[in-house]
Amino acid sequence: MLKFDTSRKRLFGFLFLGWILLILSDRIGELRQYQGAFVAMYALAIASIILLTGYSGQLSLGHSALMAVGAYAGALSINNLKLHPAIALVIAALIAGLFGLLLGYAAARLSGPYLAGTTLALAVSLPTIANQFPILGGEQGLIFDIGVPPARLGEDFSLYQWFFWISSLTALIMIWLLVNLISTRYGREFRALRDNPIAAQLSGINIGRKKAVAFSLSAGIAGLAGGLLVMLISGVSPSAFPLSLSFLLLAGAVVTGVYSLKGVILGALVLVAIPEIAESVVSRIGGSEGFVTSLPGFMVSALLILTVLFAPSGPGHLLHHKKHLKH
Amino acid sequence: MSLIVTNLTVDYGAIRAVNNVSFEVLSGQLTTIIGANGAGKTTLLRTLSGLKESENGVATWNGDAILGKKPEDLARSGIMHVSDGKSVIAELTVKENLALTGLWRKDKKDVANATTEVVDLFPILGERMTQSAGSLSGGERQMLAIGRALVARPKLLLLDEPSLGLAPLIVEQIFKVISNLVKQMKITVVLVEQNAMGALKIANEGVVLNLGSVVAIDSAETLLNDPAVRAAYLGF
Amino acid sequence: MNQFITAVLTSLSTGAIYALMSIALVLVWRSTRVINFAQAGQAIFTTYIGYEVTIRSGSYWVGLISAILSGALLGAGIDRFFMRPIFKRVTSGPIVMIAPVVATLALLGIIQAIIGFIWGLNYQTIQAPVSTDGLKIFGSIIAFSPFNLMVLIAVTLSMILLTIVFQKTNIGLALRASAYAPEVSKLSGIRVDAVRTLGWALAGAAGGLAGMLYIPGSYLYPNAMDVLLVFGFIAAVIGGLDSLFGAVAGAMILGFAVNFSATYISYKLVFPTAFVILILVLLIKPSGVFSGKKGRKD
Repeated sequence: MLKFDTSRKRLFGFLFLGWILLILSDRIGELRQYQGAFVAMYALAIASIILLTGYSGQLSLGHSALMAVGAYAGALSINNLKLHPAIALVIAALIAGLFGLLLGYAAARLSGPYLAGTTLALAVSLPTIANQFPILGGEQGLIFDIGVPPARLGEDFSLYQWFFWISSLTALIMIWLLVNLISTRYGREFRALRDNPIAAQLSGINIGRKKAVAFSLSAGIAGLAGGLLVMLISGVSPSAFPLSLSFLLLAGAVVTGVYSLKGVILGALVLVAIPEIAESVVSRIGGSEGFVTSLPGFMVSALLILTVLFAPSGPGHLLHHKKHLKH
Repeated sequence: MSLIVTNLTVDYGAIRAVNNVSFEVLSGQLTTIIGANGAGKTTLLRTLSGLKESENGVATWNGDAILGKKPEDLARSGIMHVSDGKSVIAELTVKENLALTGLWRKDKKDVANATTEVVDLFPILGERMTQSAGSLSGGERQMLAIGRALVARPKLLLLDEPSLGLAPLIVEQIFKVISNLVKQMKITVVLVEQNAMGALKIANEGVVLNLGSVVAIDSAETLLNDPAVRAAYLGF
Repeated sequence: MNQFITAVLTSLSTGAIYALMSIALVLVWRSTRVINFAQAGQAIFTTYIGYEVTIRSGSYWVGLISAILSGALLGAGIDRFFMRPIFKRVTSGPIVMIAPVVATLALLGIIQAIIGFIWGLNYQTIQAPVSTDGLKIFGSIIAFSPFNLMVLIAVTLSMILLTIVFQKTNIGLALRASAYAPEVSKLSGIRVDAVRTLGWALAGAAGGLAGMLYIPGSYLYPNAMDVLLVFGFIAAVIGGLDSLFGAVAGAMILGFAVNFSATYISYKLVFPTAFVILILVLLIKPSGVFSGKKGRKD
C-alpha cells in the first residue's frame, strides 16, 4: 500500500514538473529554450552514467561513443528509411542498447581500471570508424532534421521551443521509468551488485548477465540522448562525440552525486552553465583565444576534483553531512 | 632497555581487537603472546610496528614513544616486524630479499657481515641465493623472513606466528633459532604464537590474550603449569 | 619487398613510442595501482616545455633534456601533491572505487586547459634534429627516415638504461620490492612513499621523452598525446600491466599489428585493429600475454 503511494506521489511529482516546464517554455526566450533542451538532454545522458556507475558499479568513459551509435542509427532511420523522427529516436535507443549489450558482456569481466581504459579506447576509436563508411558521411557526417513544429501549435511556436518540448518530455519519461525501475527488486539487485558482488552472487544473482543488462540499459539511454543531441545541433558527425563528451558526462554524474538519480538536473545545469560562466568571466577579464577555449574544460575539471575531495557523495550529501556534524 | 605497553586499545573496523592491554618486555628476554584465533595478537603486533593506528594507550621502546610512527622509521630504529604468511617477496631472489634491510644502512661492511652470519645460521639460504623466494618451501621462507630481519641488526624483533603451517620438525628448528637469537645475540623478542606450548617452552614471559584483553601475564614456566591455561590453550 | 621493409621499420619505430607510454603507465600502475590517464597530459605538457626550450636555445637536444627532466619533476609533484592527498582524503564510501580514475582524468583536463592558457590551441611544430625525409633503399624512397631511426635508437638506449637501473641498482631493488609487496618493504625499512614518487618521476620522464620523439613527426597541440595514451594502455594490457618487459613486448606487438594492417589492408584500420586486439586479450587472457599468473584482482 505504502509502495503504491510513493510511486503515485512520484508520478504526480513528474507530472507537476512537466507542467511547470510547459508553462515555463512559453515565458522564456529562444536562447533559454535552446539551453533548456540541452539541460534535458544532458540530464538524460547523466542518468545513463548514474545507472551504470552508481547502481551497477561499472565505470564507462565510452558513453560518447554509445551516444554516437544512437545518433547515427537515428540519422539513418530518418534519412534513408524515411521514418518518423519519434520512431527514429526509439531506434537510436534500441541500436545503442543492443551495441551496449555486446559490449556489456565483455565489460562484465573487467574490473575498474581495465574497464575504464577499454571504454576510453572505445571512445577514441569508434568515431574514427564513422569516417570509413560512405553511408555514414565521413567527416562531414549526416544531416539530422526532425522538421518544423506542427502547424497547430501556432505561428509563434519556435523550433527552439519544439526542441525544448521534445527533449524535456523524453528526459522526463525516461528518468521517471528509471526511477521506478530502480525502486523495484530489479534495481535493488543492481545495488547489491555494486556494494557487494560476492554476496550478490551467493544470493543467486547472475552477476555477469546483470552487469551486461545494466550496461545495455545505460547504453540505450545514452543512445537516446545522442539522438537528442544531434537533433539539437541538426547533424551528426564524428567530431560531435569527442572523448571530452564522455568526460563531461562523468563530471556531471560525479558532481550530481554518482549514487543517486535525484540530482541529474543539477548536474546537467552545471554542464550547460559552465560555458556561459566561462564566457562571462572572459568578457570581464578578457583573455587570449586559447584562454577562452580552455576555460570551460578547466572549470569542469577543477569542479570534479573539488567534488571528489570535499563532497564525494554529491553536494546534497555535503549538506546532509554538515547537519549531521552539528548534532 | 625495555618495551612497555600501557593501556593499548586498537579497533579493527567496528571490532575492538585490542582492549586496554598492558605488558612489559624486558631487554634481552623473549615474551610470547598466546591466545586463540581472533584474540587480537596480530593486530597488537601490527600496531607496535606502525602498520596500524591505535585508539588509545602508550607504547615505548627504551623510553621512546613508538605509536604513530611510520613502520619504515621504526624498522630503521631497530624494531623489526616479521609478519605472518607472505612476508617474503616471492618475485625477488633470496639474495635480493636479504638485501632489502641493508639498502638503507650506512655501514655496508656490517651489512655484508650480517648477511654472512645469516647464511651461517641458515645454510640452506646460502645454497638458494639466486633462486626466487617463491620457489622456497614454507620453512625456508620463514628462515628467509627472519634472516632478512637479522641483516638489519634489530634490537627488538616482533615475530608473528613463525610456526604457521610448518611441519613439526621445522617448527622445532625455528623455535630453536629464535631461542638462540635471544640467548646469544641478546635480541629482545616478542613472539606471537598459536602454538602456545612450543612458544612457552622457549619464552621467559607469557601474555595470554582473549578477545583482545589480557587474561594472564606471568613467567612462561608458571603459565605452563597453570591448570586453567593448560586447559584453555595447551589442550591438556 | 620495399613495402615489407618499410612496414617492419615503421612498426619498430611506432612500437618504440608506444613502449615509452606503456612503460610510463606500468611504472605508475606497479607503484600506485592506478591507471594514470593524466599521463597524456603530463607528457604533452613537458613536450611543450621541450618545445619552448628548443626554440629559445636553438637546440633540440637541450629541449629534449629539459622535457625529460621537467617530466620527472612534474610526475613526482603530481604524486606528492595531488595523488597522495586524494588517497588520504578519499578512504571510504563507494566513491573510492572511481576516485582514482576520476582524479587522473580531471588532472588531464586541467593540464590540457593550462596548456591552452599558456600556449594556445594552434598547431605547432618541433623541428627534428635529423632529417625526417624517407631513406633510400634499393633505389626507391621508403617511409622510414633518419629521425625514425633516431627514435628507435633512443628508445632502445633508454630501455637498456632502465633495465640496468631496475636489475642492478639498489634503487631498482627498492622500486621492485615496493611494487610487489609494499607492506613487507615498509617493514624492511624502505621508504615506500618516496620510492613511489620516484616511480612517478620515472614515468613522467618516459612521457617527456615519448613526446619529444613523437611530436617532431607530427604536430604539437594539447590533445596530441591522447591517442598515444590509448595505444600505451593497450600495449600495457597486452603485457599484463605489471611487467616492464611485457609493456615493451606488448608495444611491439601492437606496433606491428597496427602498421601491417595499415600497410596491407587499409590505413583506416589502425584504431579498429588496436581495439580488437585489446578486446581479444581481455577476453582470452586478461592477465596479459606475458604473465604466467592468473588474472589479478585489482
